[in-house]
Amino acid sequence: MTSGNGSKPQGGARRDGEPQERIGVYVCHCGTNIAGTVDVQEVAEWAATRLKHRGVVIGRDYKFMCSSLGQELIEKDIRELGLTRVVVAACSPHLHEKTFRTACARAGLNPFLMEMVSIREQVSWVHTDKVAATAKAKAVISGGVERVLHHAPLEPMYVPIHPATMVVGGGIAGIQAALEIADSGSPVYLVEREPSIGGHMAQFDKTFPTLDCSACILTPKMVSVGSHPNITLMTWSEVEKVDGYVGNFTVSVRQKARKVNTDLCTGCGICQEKCPKKVIDDVFEAGLGYRKAIYTPFPQAVPKFPVMDVENCTYYQKGTCKACEKFCPTEAIDFDQQDEVISVQVGNIILATGYDLFDARRVSNYGYGRLANVFTSLEMERLMNAAGPTNGQIVLRDGKTVPKSVGIIHCVGSRDRNFNNYCSVICCMQSLKFAHIVGERTGATVYNFYIDIRAGFKDYDEFYQRVIEEGTLFVRGKVAEVTGEPRIPAEQGKLIIQVEDTLAARQRRIPVDMVILSAGLEPRKDSKETAKLFGISCSANGWYIEKHPKLDPVATMTEGIYIAGCAQGPKDIPASVAQGAAAAARVMGRIQQKEMALEPIRASVIEEKCSGCRICNGLCPYNAISFHEDRMVTEINPALCQGCGTCVAACPAGAIAGTGFSNEQILSQIEGLLLLNLTEQEPVAA
Amino acid sequence: MSVNGKKPKFAMYWAASCGGCEIAVLNIHEKILDVDANFDVVFWPVAMDAKYKDVEAMEDGSILLTLFNGGIRNDENEHIARLLRRKSKLLVAFGSCANEGCIPGLANLSESGEIVHTAFNTLTTDNPYAIYPRTSFEMPEGEIHIPEILPTLKTLDQVVNVDYYMPGCPPESHQIAAVIDLVVQVLQGKAELPPKGSVIGAGDSTVCDECQRLRNVKTITSFERIWGIAPDPSLCLLEQGIPCNGPATRSGCDARCPAAGAQCIGCYGPAEGVLDYGARLISAFASVIDAEDPAEIDHILDGMVDPVGQFYRFNLAGSLLKAAVPAWRKRVPQPLQGALRPET
Amino acid sequence: MTEQFEPTIIGFTCNWCSYRAADLAGTARIKYPPNLRLIRLMCSGRLDPTFVFKALAGGADGVLITGCHPGECHYLEQNYKALRRFQLLSRVLQGLGVEPGRVKLVWASAAEGARFASEVATFVEEIRALGPLHWGIAPADLPIVSELVPEEVVA
Repeated sequence: MTSGNGSKPQGGARRDGEPQERIGVYVCHCGTNIAGTVDVQEVAEWAATRLKHRGVVIGRDYKFMCSSLGQELIEKDIRELGLTRVVVAACSPHLHEKTFRTACARAGLNPFLMEMVSIREQVSWVHTDKVAATAKAKAVISGGVERVLHHAPLEPMYVPIHPATMVVGGGIAGIQAALEIADSGSPVYLVEREPSIGGHMAQFDKTFPTLDCSACILTPKMVSVGSHPNITLMTWSEVEKVDGYVGNFTVSVRQKARKVNTDLCTGCGICQEKCPKKVIDDVFEAGLGYRKAIYTPFPQAVPKFPVMDVENCTYYQKGTCKACEKFCPTEAIDFDQQDEVISVQVGNIILATGYDLFDARRVSNYGYGRLANVFTSLEMERLMNAAGPTNGQIVLRDGKTVPKSVGIIHCVGSRDRNFNNYCSVICCMQSLKFAHIVGERTGATVYNFYIDIRAGFKDYDEFYQRVIEEGTLFVRGKVAEVTGEPRIPAEQGKLIIQVEDTLAARQRRIPVDMVILSAGLEPRKDSKETAKLFGISCSANGWYIEKHPKLDPVATMTEGIYIAGCAQGPKDIPASVAQGAAAAARVMGRIQQKEMALEPIRASVIEEKCSGCRICNGLCPYNAISFHEDRMVTEINPALCQGCGTCVAACPAGAIAGTGFSNEQILSQIEGLLLLNLTEQEPVAA
Repeated sequence: MSVNGKKPKFAMYWAASCGGCEIAVLNIHEKILDVDANFDVVFWPVAMDAKYKDVEAMEDGSILLTLFNGGIRNDENEHIARLLRRKSKLLVAFGSCANEGCIPGLANLSESGEIVHTAFNTLTTDNPYAIYPRTSFEMPEGEIHIPEILPTLKTLDQVVNVDYYMPGCPPESHQIAAVIDLVVQVLQGKAELPPKGSVIGAGDSTVCDECQRLRNVKTITSFERIWGIAPDPSLCLLEQGIPCNGPATRSGCDARCPAAGAQCIGCYGPAEGVLDYGARLISAFASVIDAEDPAEIDHILDGMVDPVGQFYRFNLAGSLLKAAVPAWRKRVPQPLQGALRPET
Repeated sequence: MTEQFEPTIIGFTCNWCSYRAADLAGTARIKYPPNLRLIRLMCSGRLDPTFVFKALAGGADGVLITGCHPGECHYLEQNYKALRRFQLLSRVLQGLGVEPGRVKLVWASAAEGARFASEVATFVEEIRALGPLHWGIAPADLPIVSELVPEEVVA
């Protein structure tokens, strides 16, 4: 409390004699939601009388301010009473701030001269003492009135939307998104880090519940992508840098050197045939098969051009061979080819970067990596695949023995506090699929060890019932151990699954020939770096964070960046396709509008006050802050600025202003909340 | 603004201060002759003999320009501040003490009674009967009085309206000379006074603006004492871990201290538009600490041994909080030595 | 019998997490004491220590600062700046004699409505126990020097 009559300008203090704004205060009953606890009439009258000297010319209360009649009340007052500011006390601004801003705009008042304060979620719904709640509502409105006095008539910034889109990730979600946007007539850059698009779906054998052959349904889409006039396919490429903002991204893509001239290559495959160097393929074949040092990952690869694995190529390691060059009929091999960094302009970006499989080695008691005949789900897909390393024969690691009994373990690394807490969504259906296929092809006895069966979507439960009817044995219990140590002669040479059968209420040891681990889905190992590169957030697990988990699953908090597929969280193929299409639709909507309005909440540097101390320079995660060495001042790019206000708070000279949440606004709101703006002394507490 | 042929009146007064402001004025050297040439110095305790009753006898508003330095510590300071406000046309809060409390303002970290008690009760004080000053005492010759200490030290504008502010501890002599020049020009009708409430004799920006050191993006991994490291003379001190208050401090001093190899301690007060000096520096320094783990942050902050002193050395009385809690709260009287019994 | 002291607490929430947590507490009708008066910021990184000083100097008995959990900030990493500022601010407040419990930092995600409510309730009781701050109000009976001095000097 300042004693004496200080003349030194104190920001935010009451300035008597200032030209008055004309403020309208509107208090909503929200039926009985607010009015049942807060005396809304008293509050409206209080605002009109006790805050009159602050500029309040009218205080109204109404049953439902958000209704058209309620909004009309405001509009009428703006026109007839010449209101210059509006305060609405109702529900949360997250619900109706836009409604009231639009109402003000309709009446000719700049929408940002309206302040909405919550007296429902923050007052009437959470307090029982009516006297205290009413008093708090008054304080909250008082805070709003003081704040709104410092609002400025902001105008949104419009940015043009570049019609090109970048889709990062060539799995099924990315492919779907790319095709939809390309079909609508807009250009797409599809960037994929592997030599071919297709993602994990290209590795699968059959897909549940229809048992479609995965490659058969995927490859036509891949071919469409490869031949689409509007899609620029950039495989064996990675995004290195992203600059810019929605509608105007500049993306640097590194096209790694394939060592093959794609203008000359016909995809004939002779180089692969003749290459003498065999390498274990631990990407596509999940480590079960071989490829050559120059290779295409699978026969239906799109594009058809091979890539050279420089680390395993004899020429690069020893300086000899060059068989591929010798035999290539079109002289397409180019050992001197270098990486190329290409800069691309796009308006929107869709991230569909997929998932990595949980490393089942981490669950050491299941013996993966130690016990030969323990397989992961991806290994099984390759084993079952007719184009796989065993031509579709389901055999043990020796390559020839057909198993007579198989155990399939659900939830490996999922729903497990030791590893990942979440459910990986697809493993139950995948395990049922394995049960069906293994049973059908080998006639083996199949056990499924589960905690719950998650078969929620169309035809999923019917598939489950079918698998039951086929004679698959289900044991409800989390497997404790897979061991090769026999306790009785009958267990010799087998893998023994130790499990508590919770339905039978006893421990069981079940000997099998083969164990399949339904390993969970995890975010890509580098998802956090990728998120940072694109300026979006990751959850603690590493999945990209969507704008709203229920209502906006494909957008992110960063305008212009969308997510689709498993990168957002584990999901099956129909859901990935749906999200890819959804993200595409959002992007197409933006492209069609040609420009976009950005929220005018952002920071700006007052150049005369900036003395170039550079304290703010490192604080912006969106790289909106840049320093001009020649003028020794800092500048903020308004289109990149997301309006967090961190730099505003950090500037030691107070040289950064933040619209929408300025110092004056907040300091005044504090004064209002503490009722320091009342003429007579009134107790601060209720 | 000359007053009918006669030289306009000038006064300078010191309240709770060190005398440095007076010396700074005298340090304008020959320019002091300009003062003498253009003004009639009517009241300046350090430089001439004059009595309070002389000032009381003057007409209200008859002193054109009064430079008031020193903080308001006791009721005499307050009385004279109000007196000089009545008698002056233009009252300037001169120097850091009058502007924002300066070093005397650090008394606001303690309760005033305790300060007095300590002063008369130190290890080396020879005060066996625990005698403490009293504001009045009955003598055979009559009652004598000394000023009463106020609960907290106040800035000048916390007691009277102030027309202009000249910050600095002390204000740089060349700045004082420039202000004298300006006032003389105004008297001659050749210039206009800046708007009331302005800061004069200082810059518009911060010390960083005048500092020649090189600056990069800041990441602080430790705070150091100036004598604890051998700082690079060409590089920003803050980047080297020396907490330099330059970024929030008003310019006008030519960044003397950083140029001489020492960190800015903030004697020129807050930059234009800064509401709470300490808050700005807390925010700025903390924002660029290179740690995300609370324990690590604490470890780095441990290097700043006296944050209150770092941020509020000059500005405590003029800050938003003005004083520490003990200054406002009641002190439980300690039992006194000897056979004396406390009143309370 | 004296009335129970009702603290006045100013709270700062961030638009994306803690404000939504407060909203969620409301939607779920979870009750908590009415002593908290909230200000919505876009991000906890907007928190300027000036606001805290202003609140305390203006009569608040406590200040509650809330934001997204570390690693989950909507603006990626700005809540770390809030954390650093809070830690330095706490040291300064302690140096100014303000009890450490009066300004508190709490992280709350948008889904933690119940937790938000319970944190508020806890904080209100903590401040109640500390008593009113009454910043800047010199108690009427604050002894000035002359009153500390006894009438007689005994040799």
